[in-house]
Amino acid sequence: MLRKLFSFNGGVKPDPNKGASTREPIARLPLPPQLIIPLHQHIGGTPRPLVKVGDRVLHGQRIGAADGNVSSAVHAPTSGHVVAIEPRLMPHASGLSSMAVVIEPDGQDQRIEREPFDWHAASPGEVRDYLRDAGVVGLGGAVFPSHLKLAPGKAGGTDTLVLNGAECEPFITCDDMLMRSEAEDILRGALVMQKMLAAKQVLVGVEDNKPEAAAALKAAAAALAHASLDVVVVPTRYPAGGAKQLIRVLTGIEVPHGSRSTDYGVQCFNVATALAVWNALEHGEPLTRRIVTVAGNVDRPRNFDVAIGTPIGFVFEHAGLKPDTDKLIMGGPMMGIPLPGVDAPVVKATNCLLASSPALFPPPEPELPCIRCGECARACPADLQPFELYWHSRARNFGRAQEYHLFDCIECGCCAYVCPSHIPLVDYYRYAKSEIWARERDKDAADSARERFEFRNWRAEREKEEKAAKLAARSAAKPAAKPAATDKPPAEGDTAATPAEDPKKALIEAAMARAKAQKEAVAAKNTDTLTPAQQAQVEAAEARRKLAADMVATGDGETTRATATADKPTE
Amino acid sequence: MYNSPYLRQNTSVRRVMTTVLVAMLPAIAVQSWLFGAALLVQIALASVTALACEALMLALRGRPVAPALTDMSALVTAWLIAVCLPPLLPWWTTVLGTAFALIIGKHLYGGLGQNPFNPAMLAYALLIVSFPALMSQWPGLNVGDFATQMDWVFGGARALDGVTGATPLDALRTGLMTGGDAAAVMRSTAFGHIAGAGWEWVALAWGAGGLLLLALRIITWHVPVAFVAVMSLVSGIASLIDPAQFAGPAFHLLAGGAMMGAFFIATDPVSGATTPRGKLVFAAGIALIAWLIRAFGAYPDGIAFAVLLMNICVPLIDMKTQPPVFGHKNGGAP
Ligand code: SF4
Ligand code: SF4
Repeated sequence: MLRKLFSFNGGVKPDPNKGASTREPIARLPLPPQLIIPLHQHIGGTPRPLVKVGDRVLHGQRIGAADGNVSSAVHAPTSGHVVAIEPRLMPHASGLSSMAVVIEPDGQDQRIEREPFDWHAASPGEVRDYLRDAGVVGLGGAVFPSHLKLAPGKAGGTDTLVLNGAECEPFITCDDMLMRSEAEDILRGALVMQKMLAAKQVLVGVEDNKPEAAAALKAAAAALAHASLDVVVVPTRYPAGGAKQLIRVLTGIEVPHGSRSTDYGVQCFNVATALAVWNALEHGEPLTRRIVTVAGNVDRPRNFDVAIGTPIGFVFEHAGLKPDTDKLIMGGPMMGIPLPGVDAPVVKATNCLLASSPALFPPPEPELPCIRCGECARACPADLQPFELYWHSRARNFGRAQEYHLFDCIECGCCAYVCPSHIPLVDYYRYAKSEIWARERDKDAADSARERFEFRNWRAEREKEEKAAKLAARSAAKPAAKPAATDKPPAEGDTAATPAEDPKKALIEAAMARAKAQKEAVAAKNTDTLTPAQQAQVEAAEARRKLAADMVATGDGETTRATATADKPTE
Repeated sequence: MYNSPYLRQNTSVRRVMTTVLVAMLPAIAVQSWLFGAALLVQIALASVTALACEALMLALRGRPVAPALTDMSALVTAWLIAVCLPPLLPWWTTVLGTAFALIIGKHLYGGLGQNPFNPAMLAYALLIVSFPALMSQWPGLNVGDFATQMDWVFGGARALDGVTGATPLDALRTGLMTGGDAAAVMRSTAFGHIAGAGWEWVALAWGAGGLLLLALRIITWHVPVAFVAVMSLVSGIASLIDPAQFAGPAFHLLAGGAMMGAFFIATDPVSGATTPRGKLVFAAGIALIAWLIRAFGAYPDGIAFAVLLMNICVPLIDMKTQPPVFGHKNGGAP
């Protein structure tokens, strides 16, 4: 079947550099001495730890439970002991730490009893809960909990399920290798998802620079003989693997920033996610491992099947990190993030570990002024005017930057890639976005503070009014009550006329008097029982102080000192 | 520590500017071949002046001198100035124009990338307003040998009237003003085939260089296409209405600075419009104004003023021609 493809504007064609890591098949990486499993590995709430330090855990055991529905569980990738639950360094540019369960494998790799889950019979809601508890999240890098995306859209269900095999970042080949070796299970997973979404068709998009993967998928599709399943080869152009770009290429639909593709009847999953869904449902295997491409400045670039939680340094050791490596990157060279250190673990989002050397990725040349050449605008897949965004971000004119659709920028880096002035354009956008977010937060904080303040004022006001109303009511009631109360002693009637006022005043006065007396008593204590000698000393000191003060006032410091020394012998 | 993207295309401002310089070579070669090597001397003069002014201004502004000096942008300005001035102009005129372009036109606005006006066109405008007589003295084909030309440039020998021929645009203007008929004026021998002896070849060489820029993706098609289309359209209509008064499209495209303007001046990224539709509007405006000046104005070639006038409109054009952002056209539907 010949399918009409659409195209998106812009994009660039960097050297793919995918040959080195695809020469050998995926290798299973051994377990490291310690696994650091962050509880929070996805978008959404942080899972609650289900284990304590000292616990023995089994392979596949849930160690963190999803916190609400927008969350996803985490599991132990092997059997062993929990040695710590503490904040650990995360694979994140910020160098921040986050709560992690640290497990020391015991080498037995003992599995938990797999609970059979008859997903064929289960309701879609039960399947979704199961996937949430199996920790299945998007493995393309965005790590969105998959179960949340597996509900049919409200308006008439989903039309198209797009499976993303268009791995477009240079160097990254983990999806490519997975498609070559697991094509059939990937498609089976896709068919399950199709059923859950009630989607009319499944389109698998593969870039044309992965012929083996495309062939494997096509063969698998033929074997599954599913009429609504189509493997589509798309042109290689970065960022064709961006979900919205791929949706555009395959369906012609442009999903705007801020809206979800489901609103347009399309849902998109990464191929590795489809496999994870299949493995979870069919084999009862929670997500505890993933394929990671190790490439760049290493001796043996390759794809590894890595237990989640494996320290990045351990992975690099196996690939042979070259000595002139100057930094480590998680992800590809276009959108990857610099890693804070080798201690950070592999997480569900880790698709690629890239070692950089000055020869491989030379530091950027000095930034020159923008010459408005428009290259960036031609390269931008979001059809933005990057130099305008740059200009306004740089001028801290964030309102204007937003008018130029700053938040439609997907930070793909195409603009910075082509800029002849070597301007780190994306850094300016990140800066502008974070400033805007910070301001929003400040504004929110100020708003809620103001609201609190206004509420307090309003409450005080209300209480005052209520009191006044009560008072008014009471005084209005009094004339009516008085005749009835004539038998009471008049003194009581007097006090009632100034309610609670006089007794209070009296009390306060009494208290003050007591306090005064007390204070006097205390103050007296000090000097009450002085011996005559002490009294003399006090007086001498007093006189000295006075003298000193006078001296200072007249500026005669010498005499003060003389007096002070003269005094000494007498002490 | 720097952030993604870590990969960069092998490109630089220097590369872009150098490509523009290379693309200018055919026209420079043809022009100096036909009209004498004085042009090369003028280019050298302008280049030295431009580099000196650039260095001076950078130093005064406290900016690093070396990177900007080697980005070749000053040379592009210098060459563009030199090629649009009459090659037998006294040396100080070229120096004055170039210095004005660099100091006032470029650096006082903030240097590379900041100038709202095309610096070369500013220089041209300054000189033609200040020295109209000098600026109209274009040599005819191969006037004088190199030594004589140098004497005119440096020696102050100003017996130019005998040797300089009028440019085709000038000749047409004078011809029409003295009651001539456009077609008749253009049939005179000085006119060569279409737009003046030799001038057609220079124009074609500009076109060839422009195609090179297009092929190397230094410029996009929008500006030259809009320019040529609008220039052809208005001059075509006018000459259909009154052929005795208005020259046709071929003449207007091949005379004066039209081709250079279409490919090398109106395409200046810094002072021109940046959006695709904006470029169409910008170039169409230049062509229209240039034709109006040529047909009705007081100056022979209208390109420079047309460019400067349209430079003023650029912010508005850019603002009004922003292309729709991904996902914001037709509500996202295919
Ligand atoms: S590519 Fe660079 S120099 Fe060119 S317009 Fe964009 S930001 Fe400016
Ligand atoms: S990083 Fe943003 S502005 Fe730059 S090309 Fe990508 S989407 Fe466009």
